[in-house]
Amino acid sequence: MTVQQISVFLENKSGSLAKVFRTLSDAGIQLITSTLADTADYGVCRILCDNPEKAYSVLSKEGFSVTKTEVFAIVLDDRPGRAADAIACFAEGGISISYLYSFLYEGKGVLVFRTSEMEKAVALIAANGLVEAKL
Amino acid sequence: MRDTYPFGIASIPLDQCVRLHSSSGTTGNPTVVLHSAKDLHEWANALARSLWMVGCRPEDVFQNTSGYGMFTGGLGFQYAAEMLGMLTVPAGAGNTLRQLKFFTDFGTTVVHAIPSYAARLYEVMCQQGIDPRRDTKLKIMAIGAEPHSEDTRKRIEEMLGLKAYNSFGMSEMCGPGVAFECKEQNGMHIWEDYYIVEIVDPDTLEPVPEGEVGELVLTTLNREAMPLLRYRTRDLTRILPGKCPCGREHKRLDRMKGRSDDMIILKGVNIFPIQIETILAQYKDLASDFLITLNTVEDNDDMTVEVELSELANVDDYAYLQNLSKDITRKLRDEILVTPKVKLLPKGALPRSEGKAVRVKDLRKKY
Ligand SMILES: [Zn+2]
Repeated sequence: MTVQQISVFLENKSGSLAKVFRTLSDAGIQLITSTLADTADYGVCRILCDNPEKAYSVLSKEGFSVTKTEVFAIVLDDRPGRAADAIACFAEGGISISYLYSFLYEGKGVLVFRTSEMEKAVALIAANGLVEAKL
Repeated sequence: MRDTYPFGIASIPLDQCVRLHSSSGTTGNPTVVLHSAKDLHEWANALARSLWMVGCRPEDVFQNTSGYGMFTGGLGFQYAAEMLGMLTVPAGAGNTLRQLKFFTDFGTTVVHAIPSYAARLYEVMCQQGIDPRRDTKLKIMAIGAEPHSEDTRKRIEEMLGLKAYNSFGMSEMCGPGVAFECKEQNGMHIWEDYYIVEIVDPDTLEPVPEGEVGELVLTTLNREAMPLLRYRTRDLTRILPGKCPCGREHKRLDRMKGRSDDMIILKGVNIFPIQIETILAQYKDLASDFLITLNTVEDNDDMTVEVELSELANVDDYAYLQNLSKDITRKLRDEILVTPKVKLLPKGALPRSEGKAVRVKDLRKKY
């Protein structure tokens, strides 16, 4: 089971990110987490929220360049080194991860990653007893 | 024409003229074109004939998205469409939501638009959940005023589900209706009962051999108020050799290759914006708007091409975005022999113009 993530392409111009969040909050969409990656020329803002379908449609309507992506979200329990273990098991399982980020959700660590090898990832998650996050 | 501004080269008394069109032009002083009542009638006739050629009939509903001021695409198409007997919707430029409402409410079948506006119409249709094939009766579009590539035409046809025909004209020769594509969509028939056509080398002014590119030179045959003899249009094109399968004998002009005056000279290389457009139009992940900016960086010429992503671009994938700009850079370099900086923009980031799109911004130091 994967989570739908919304990615927004942004110009490196002040105010463009604020407009994304304003658009979402005006539509009554609750943000779960967001990350921003940028180069000299542009930025990509990745968003998890309570209603990705609606987020996608309101952002498109506002004229943003938006893409919906399936990502994995894993709950990490409190044991130290749990994130390292999880990442190691993907490396050993031979799947390549295009990006990864983590955040705290309802008191627990959540690790989000994107891979193009979806089936392999599903199998690895099951085999290693990892728990998928319910966001 | 500029030297005698405004009325110096009128060939009939002003009281016999009924209209003037003035072009601000992109290079310098304005020009004025005067028309007698007969001139307007002839102009409408040439353009009505063009519209008939691509299948327009009196039962059609014609919507004109051109500005109705001095821009000849407004009144020019208006009179021609009325002469043909179509029901006309003189919508004028801009206000895209209203244009779409007219399409659906009035059952518009034929529309006149500049190519960049055709893309804009589609963009707003998508936002509004309008499917042009399902929700409109559009079937014919006349596109002109901006040079565009075959790929751009195909894209417009695909997006809007209609046939798009290239229209050529210039205000000095009245306006649209000088030449127009037939249903073969291979070259624009130039109306030789209205114009004598020559293609010359812009440097030597000698005629070029048939089929070769040169500057289009026109002589008007039946204008009263302002006949022009061997007028240098600055448009670069060629005559397509051979006969058109449609049977018309009027010579065919190839797509405009650019203008001898919108040519960019960068690091000593001649570049036409149409070359850039032709490359960009090959990418499904790009929208049709782009802007070329020329700058002086450390005393060197520098070119930046900004282009908008289309809704098909996967903006989550960094590697893909990087490869995309690299690939565009390489293809542009192969075409224009200069390496530009390519900047990807979110869709809608470039300023929209209601008239002719601005494609080149020259900010270079002038010496
Ligand atoms: Zn023909």
